[in-house]
Amino acid sequence: MKNGRPVNSLVVDEDNLIPGNPTYESITESVAGIPEQKQTPKAWWALFLTAVSLAGLFFAEIGYLFYEGTGIWGLQIPVAWGFAIVNFVFWVGIGHAGTLISAILFLLRQRWRTSINRFAEAMTIFAVICALMFPTIHVGRVWFIYWTMPIPNQMDMWPNFRSGLVWDAFAVGTYFLCSLLFWYVGLVPDLATLRDRATGKIRKMLYGLFSLGWRGSNRQWRHYELAYLVLAGISTPLVLSVHSIVSTDFATSLVPGWHTTIFPPYFVAGAIFSGFAMVMTLSIIARSVYKLEHIITMKVLERMNIIMLVTGTMVGYAYGMEFFIAWYSGNQYEQFTFINRAFGPYAWAYWIMISCNVIAPQLFWSKKLRTTIPVMFVASIVINIGMWFERFVITMSLSRDFLPSSWDYYSPTIHDIALLVGSFGLFFSLFLLFLRFLPMVAMSEVKAILPQADPHHHTEQIHG
Amino acid sequence: MAEGERKIYGVLAEFRSTGDLLHAAEKMHGEGFRNWDVHSPFPVHGMDRAMGLGRSPLGFIVGIAGTTGLTLFALFLYWINVYDYPLVISGKPYYSFQAFVPPMFAITILSAALAAFFGMLALNKLPRLFHPLFASKEFEKVTNGGMFISIEASDPRFKHDETAKFLESIGATSVEIVRGEA
Repeated sequence: MKNGRPVNSLVVDEDNLIPGNPTYESITESVAGIPEQKQTPKAWWALFLTAVSLAGLFFAEIGYLFYEGTGIWGLQIPVAWGFAIVNFVFWVGIGHAGTLISAILFLLRQRWRTSINRFAEAMTIFAVICALMFPTIHVGRVWFIYWTMPIPNQMDMWPNFRSGLVWDAFAVGTYFLCSLLFWYVGLVPDLATLRDRATGKIRKMLYGLFSLGWRGSNRQWRHYELAYLVLAGISTPLVLSVHSIVSTDFATSLVPGWHTTIFPPYFVAGAIFSGFAMVMTLSIIARSVYKLEHIITMKVLERMNIIMLVTGTMVGYAYGMEFFIAWYSGNQYEQFTFINRAFGPYAWAYWIMISCNVIAPQLFWSKKLRTTIPVMFVASIVINIGMWFERFVITMSLSRDFLPSSWDYYSPTIHDIALLVGSFGLFFSLFLLFLRFLPMVAMSEVKAILPQADPHHHTEQIHG
Repeated sequence: MAEGERKIYGVLAEFRSTGDLLHAAEKMHGEGFRNWDVHSPFPVHGMDRAMGLGRSPLGFIVGIAGTTGLTLFALFLYWINVYDYPLVISGKPYYSFQAFVPPMFAITILSAALAAFFGMLALNKLPRLFHPLFASKEFEKVTNGGMFISIEASDPRFKHDETAKFLESIGATSVEIVRGEA
């Protein structure tokens, strides 16, 4: 017994998930009040204009790319995969934390996730949108991108389903659609809240349309809850499969440093690691701009930091194991690749990766550091820089392949960098629009974890 | 048309808490009402049992959709790789299904997810643009913090004033007649 209430066998320490004594109405007010603000905050405009200009740059660069061709990038042979694949893997990885929070933590009944799951899911969708842009524009003849899908055509050709790149198209496409459905199903009851509170005609109509006529009736909740559970269940393998399949782009090739079996778990751990870092960056900004400290509590942030510590250490283990296996394999190409990574022309990138990904998260062993906002904010950004460099280091294995006469040093052009920066613009534009127009915290889920939501709450107080 | 002339849809009663709602639902079920429902801002734990509802059939729908998607896609791949467009790659058999596992997995997941989403909507008879309950101003509270029970006039046991009195007797704080066509 704890505070006169029996401790739930599955969820210990749940009494103070949401501190203070919030009512259902106060939760609605603090969350739904944000998209209803009459005056858009100046900070929002400043961020949005910056982001949208960068997104403009992104699309302008894509236009120029289509006009001129991939020659504007720093690609050459042997480095035929450059920033495009690095950015693709980086963005897909970011998405994974959203799915982990919404699916795996849901199945494990980690109820603290309710305050962050909505915008972690939104983050997933926007990150996957950014990710999908890169392979699409990397194919060069972009009008043939539909060849990755089995669409009947006049040439009577079908995709080669043995290709890692076709697997990617299926895996990431499915991932995008499932994440979108999951996110939308979660949004429906909250959109109904916005519909019922809307004052303007247009708002009422739009929220009414997208809330699908939700009435919060128990005959609806019955199917809804099972749909949510099923979507969580089928998204769970996606957390593990999508980045595993992405890693097969590399692992099914014969390039030294890529052709390894450690890639799938190593990529998945890295994906969750970087994704949590991005959720952390976004939640720290969102909670301070919109004063949501009472919903996105320190406890939630601390738990995310612990997950980062665990996955960061797993990533560090993978880095070490790669070296060990290279030595143990006795394969001189494999050995050379790893020595070259750490001490060759891209050593600078390698050591940025090690310090950001392996050393930085070790700060979170300290309780004090993992509960200090500025520390975790900086660490989350550092980790994402490190994770981008991880993919860069892996891709740059190409620069020194089997044939020394073709070795070359890859450097990005201004267009490569503009596309990378621009993709952040696209991501943040979408994210800021989400914050402005949609409820960023899952209200119905947060209400359900309040003590008074338990039907036996009052009766027990009377008897006990 | 004047208020009084419109057909009665049913009655809507508000309750104070999830506990009251749950007990009231148990009594409603005990009385043998059929066309009634409970409305709350979030799913109330134990309500399905209180209302005498079984488990949603959605799981079966999803399971069938997932297996159907997998089977059809596997057959499709077989047809492509063996009959329509056979490719020899590294001397592997035409239907080396191991290499097709990643896309087959993706399609299985996708069929199941689409079935979960559209199945849920179909079972809930959604989307719909209007419902008579939306005519009630009070009902707007349901997505905020309000707990309600609604009984439709089409219920065989529905008797206007008596039903309203009954709802009050089981703990309703306010009862309202809702008019409109369902």
